[in-house]
Amino acid sequence: MKKSVFLGALTVAGLAAGVAGAATLDDVKARGTLNCGVSTGLTGFSYPDANGEWQGFDVGFCRAVAAAVLGDASAVEFVPTTGKTRFTALASGEIDVLARNTTWTFSRDVDLKFTFVGVNYYDGQGFMIPKELGVSSAKELDGATVCIQTGTTTELNLADYFRVNNISYEPVPIETNAEAQQQFLAGACDVYTTDASGLAATRATFENPGDYAVLPEIISKEPLGPLVRHGDDEWGDVVRWTLNALIAAEEYGVTSANVADLASAPTDNPEVNRLLGTEGELGAMLGLEADFAVDAISAGGNYGELFEKNIGENTPIGLARGLNAQYTDGGLLYSPPFR
Amino acid sequence: MTTLTDPPAESFKLSMLVYDTRYRSITFQIIALIAFLLFFGWLTLNTVQNLNDLGKEVSFGFLGNPAGYDINQRLIEYDNQDTHLRAAFVGLLNTLLVAVLGCITATVIGVIVGVLRLSGNWLIARLMTVYVEMFRNVPVLMWIILAMAVLIEGLPAPSAFRGDDPDSTMKLFDSVALTNRGVYIPEPLFSRGLGDISFFGAFDISVDLIAILVVFIGSIWVSKRIGRKADATQEATGVRPTTWHIRTAAVILPTVILLGILGFHLGYPELRGFNFQGGTHMRNSLIALWLALSLYTAAFVAEIVRAGILAISAGQTEAAAALGLRSNRIMSLVILPQALRVIIPPLISQYLNLTKNSSLAIAVGYMDITGTLMGITLNQTGRELETVLLGMAIYLVISLIISSVMNVYNERKKLVER
Repeated sequence: MKKSVFLGALTVAGLAAGVAGAATLDDVKARGTLNCGVSTGLTGFSYPDANGEWQGFDVGFCRAVAAAVLGDASAVEFVPTTGKTRFTALASGEIDVLARNTTWTFSRDVDLKFTFVGVNYYDGQGFMIPKELGVSSAKELDGATVCIQTGTTTELNLADYFRVNNISYEPVPIETNAEAQQQFLAGACDVYTTDASGLAATRATFENPGDYAVLPEIISKEPLGPLVRHGDDEWGDVVRWTLNALIAAEEYGVTSANVADLASAPTDNPEVNRLLGTEGELGAMLGLEADFAVDAISAGGNYGELFEKNIGENTPIGLARGLNAQYTDGGLLYSPPFR
Repeated sequence: MTTLTDPPAESFKLSMLVYDTRYRSITFQIIALIAFLLFFGWLTLNTVQNLNDLGKEVSFGFLGNPAGYDINQRLIEYDNQDTHLRAAFVGLLNTLLVAVLGCITATVIGVIVGVLRLSGNWLIARLMTVYVEMFRNVPVLMWIILAMAVLIEGLPAPSAFRGDDPDSTMKLFDSVALTNRGVYIPEPLFSRGLGDISFFGAFDISVDLIAILVVFIGSIWVSKRIGRKADATQEATGVRPTTWHIRTAAVILPTVILLGILGFHLGYPELRGFNFQGGTHMRNSLIALWLALSLYTAAFVAEIVRAGILAISAGQTEAAAALGLRSNRIMSLVILPQALRVIIPPLISQYLNLTKNSSLAIAVGYMDITGTLMGITLNQTGRELETVLLGMAIYLVISLIISSVMNVYNERKKLVER
């Protein structure tokens, strides 16, 4: 780890001049593939399936961006990153966009010089415990041993929560989700804490998911979203409006099934027409094809389809839409207008 | 008229810098030095320039900000409101702890294995060969992870100790608990302790510990004095007075009396809430790292010791045997003191290797300097260059200190030549 961080630092130093000013959009087009940073494996969000194909909610977003920019949803090079290597990988230009359930925070945005293009999952930090412990609230965890992934915001939230509630705990720092799972299942820690979505995803892979429960307390706000480097606003716009296109598509009822029909001729909804490029020049303003949103939506469906397919209630992970519903359904998803 | 003329006066021409062998090597060395400095300067400037372009000027100010994260193993007081600098210091102490423990056990195991590998007993010698080859030829990271996995999967969770008929019980008269979260052993407590003294307000040291150390070292010195007096009597009269009982008493009694005065007793671990409370908690991460590093390095030390012993000619052993020395005394009085001269220099590099290998600690979540300063702090502040440079400087200083201490020891053991 030391070595990779150091190499990362050297790469930052060495490549930064070439990266900071250059247009990522042109680089991606010239290269013909999108380098997308994902996690090393979190069921539902980004994980390689039995055939080695990357699957998941974050992976679906990477494919949508690749489809919007290159017209080919499979032109993605997935780069697995850990909690510790992800920012170095992005800053050094090793990846073009990071879609790895990364929390949007002030210091990451301002001090680490990244641009968060939006939120694709509103999350919060929770606790998972074995039911046999008989704990029903996080406030009863005084003296517990807590497994925690290092290099994440969860580490700081946890310290804050226990300090504010004046209870003690023993942190067990762990590098990846897989190791955390091993220690938690062996009973080497009482509690596993990470984002509630991550807990649900991890629990789904257990042999007996019913023996474990997620406590009701959500101790933090974790808006997860894709991010790009500071200083390349054109590329930031491309990624931001791809995300907005997926969200808007759900709002207007554009799905992967009907997008081809709707895009073939102008409809009577001008917003849909502008989104799909049958009216106006929005695609050209981004430096993309007029039908970039059509490609993005056909890649894996709109936001709702991606959600249902990968992490929704009918999947083993079984997450409810909750805050991640459209604003029209009482959620927080709200795409700015396409005009 | 004479045909002899003076040789032409030596005048310095610029071309001589290259063609004259007297100057040539110096010329090229200076050119190489300038080129090297230019390259190094360019590298530094380029890095600083690029970081500035990114809006990340090099600054160590973040070290004064609150760290915000907790560390499980703390040798000094620390909580998440302390600074990154203090968190780094906690990590540094953890690095030093595992390095010191590791060097001691690696030396002990290494010397025993190295000597036994030369044993005349076929079985023992072969067993030691298997040990050395097994540990030497597998990367130490694997051993660390294996040790951790065995501890986590092999030992019972604290919940197994609960209930009227528990699956597991504490060992050694209910004083030691072996769990998959670590080993809990009794801790020394003082009911009439002297308290702590604070050093620069940065860390506290127990006065009890200092008092015990002072008394113990003092009594060893007294015991040595008694021994020397006995030597003198033996020189003068030829009869050695029996002193072993006085010397044993001189070593043990003062310390025991002091412990009694301080109200020494053991605090036993007991299961309360989620975990064992009380006692000293040696975490799995420390044990796994310590064990793996010691066993791995011991394999190299064993080879060094074996080489050192083989470097002493067989004639020495035979001569000592002819004098009537028993074989273990031959080893400790004749062979090892001479072999040490061969052993110490390569042993230094093994100590350095062990210390540097301890940076693999993050694999098992042991919070050493790599885990705190170059791990969590790096991540939370995003200061890659500063933290990594600082970390490298710290390892460099630790290594240089180990080297210089061992070199002093080496000087003292060297053959004195006249």
